[in-house]
Amino acid sequence: MIQLEQVSKTFAQGKLAIHAVSDVTLQIGKGEIFGIIGFSGAGKSTLVRCINLLERPTGGKVIVDGVDLTAITEKQLREERKKIGMIFQHFNLMRSRTVYQNIAFPLQKSKLSKSEKDAKIMSLLDLVGLSDKKDAYPSQLSGGQKQRVAIARALANDPKVLLCDEATSALDPQTTQSILALLKQVNETLGITIVLITHEMAVVKDICNRVAIMENGYVVESGESVSVFARPQQKVTKDFMDSASNIQKIYEMLESGHELAQVKEGEMMVLLTYSGVNAGKPLISYLAEELHVQANIIFGNIEYLKDKPLGKLVVTLSGEPEQMKKAIAYMETQVQMEVLKQ
Amino acid sequence: MSLFQDMATNLETLSGELYKCFLQTLQMLGVSSIFFFILGMFFGMVLVVTKQGGIMQNLIVYRILDKAIDVIRSIPFIILMVLLIPVSRAVVGTAIGVTGAYVALICGTVPFFARQVETAVSDTDHGLIEASAAMGFSPMEIIFKVYLRESVPSIARVTMITLVNLVGLTAMAGAIGAGGLGDFAIRYGYQMHKTDMTVLTVLIILVIVSVIQAVGNIVINKTTH
Repeated sequence: MIQLEQVSKTFAQGKLAIHAVSDVTLQIGKGEIFGIIGFSGAGKSTLVRCINLLERPTGGKVIVDGVDLTAITEKQLREERKKIGMIFQHFNLMRSRTVYQNIAFPLQKSKLSKSEKDAKIMSLLDLVGLSDKKDAYPSQLSGGQKQRVAIARALANDPKVLLCDEATSALDPQTTQSILALLKQVNETLGITIVLITHEMAVVKDICNRVAIMENGYVVESGESVSVFARPQQKVTKDFMDSASNIQKIYEMLESGHELAQVKEGEMMVLLTYSGVNAGKPLISYLAEELHVQANIIFGNIEYLKDKPLGKLVVTLSGEPEQMKKAIAYMETQVQMEVLKQ
Repeated sequence: MSLFQDMATNLETLSGELYKCFLQTLQMLGVSSIFFFILGMFFGMVLVVTKQGGIMQNLIVYRILDKAIDVIRSIPFIILMVLLIPVSRAVVGTAIGVTGAYVALICGTVPFFARQVETAVSDTDHGLIEASAAMGFSPMEIIFKVYLRESVPSIARVTMITLVNLVGLTAMAGAIGAGGLGDFAIRYGYQMHKTDMTVLTVLIILVIVSVIQAVGNIVINKTTH
């Protein structure tokens, strides 16, 4: 549905050239929910604006639904943009218009009759659950409600793609969940391809089939969410994973030499990462019963990525040196293991 | 009480003249405001869209207009009126009377109003412009449907301010023969020492300004959500 081919965007700031996006190639399939994550300044907002050419790339091609947007005229581009809905961090609703009028706004350019437009708006209001607010002004709505109006507005022209630029970043965690549920519903019932950019791990974890991780304008890693997060290859990806759990705390404790993070002679502290099917295997009890190696759990966390479990466990192992070796060999066949301290 | 007694006596002879001057002031206000509103909105909008990062960025147009506005605004109105005498003769055929004042009044208010419009419209959230562009609206559609529509309350506010300024300018124009309440106050109040007539003129102008502000406030309240 969306093909980015070696897309680059360079801003000139005085004599300096700022490379906001560098050589990004991505394929986003029809009906996918694709996440682009990165910390602030990674270039993800610019990249998403390159998809509908709000930022015209300085290099590369952007092909949406078979049309190369970089090769067509402004007028044709405006037509193509109707097929690409967009929602924003700060909602961008018009204060002077009611909820109903805001949703009607993009329909001004459609050929539907007045009654068809009305029916369309009412069904969109129903979809986002705001039928009773149709005559309210945006200033009378909460953040979550405003984003619902923005979603309804973005869907008014029956787009094939919905771009979400930090759409939940200004919302509290509970409202974020409800907006994500709505996006998922939109994706499933209307078959709209969603591209979602965020700096919040929680957002990606819940709804994205595939992800791309950005750093300094480059996509450093991409693939199925579960496999990317189960076996992160890049430091930035690991940092993201850690930002979603308190495992960071363990690293801090290790660094500061906290008493809980001490290991005695012959002991070993390891980080075990499980994913998918083997997340349920009784590893710890196997170590204890079969190999007589004691495992003291000091940290445990299980995340669900699109319903697939991803577990992280920090344990201190103690036992006979011979048995410890066997335990390590066994664990390496079962899960991913990283020695933190020994 | 003697002021009011004087006023009653003087009004017996001058009420006709005062009424004529009042109408002249209204006429100057009416005609000039139509022009300053249209021209000021146009130039103000041009400033907004042509500036760096604007939706129709054109820095040459922006800089020329920006400088021109600064230059005209820095000329004191009384001098501007004198300077514009030949222009006025060329455009409306005369430099005196109500008709002769139009060119100066319009030139005196358009740059001020254009600048005010620029500031008012620039307050529009850039995100709205971006969202509208993402929906496939053209720059012209964005100007009318987003910029102007969203700025109605602030445009009403700056229009009110400019109109009040214009009232002041019409009185000043009276000093060089444009007629109106300013002319009346100078001729009778100042030159013939009828202080009561000056006070009366002030009261009438106060009423005009109050009406402008009241109407402006109603528009602002109705359009702010």
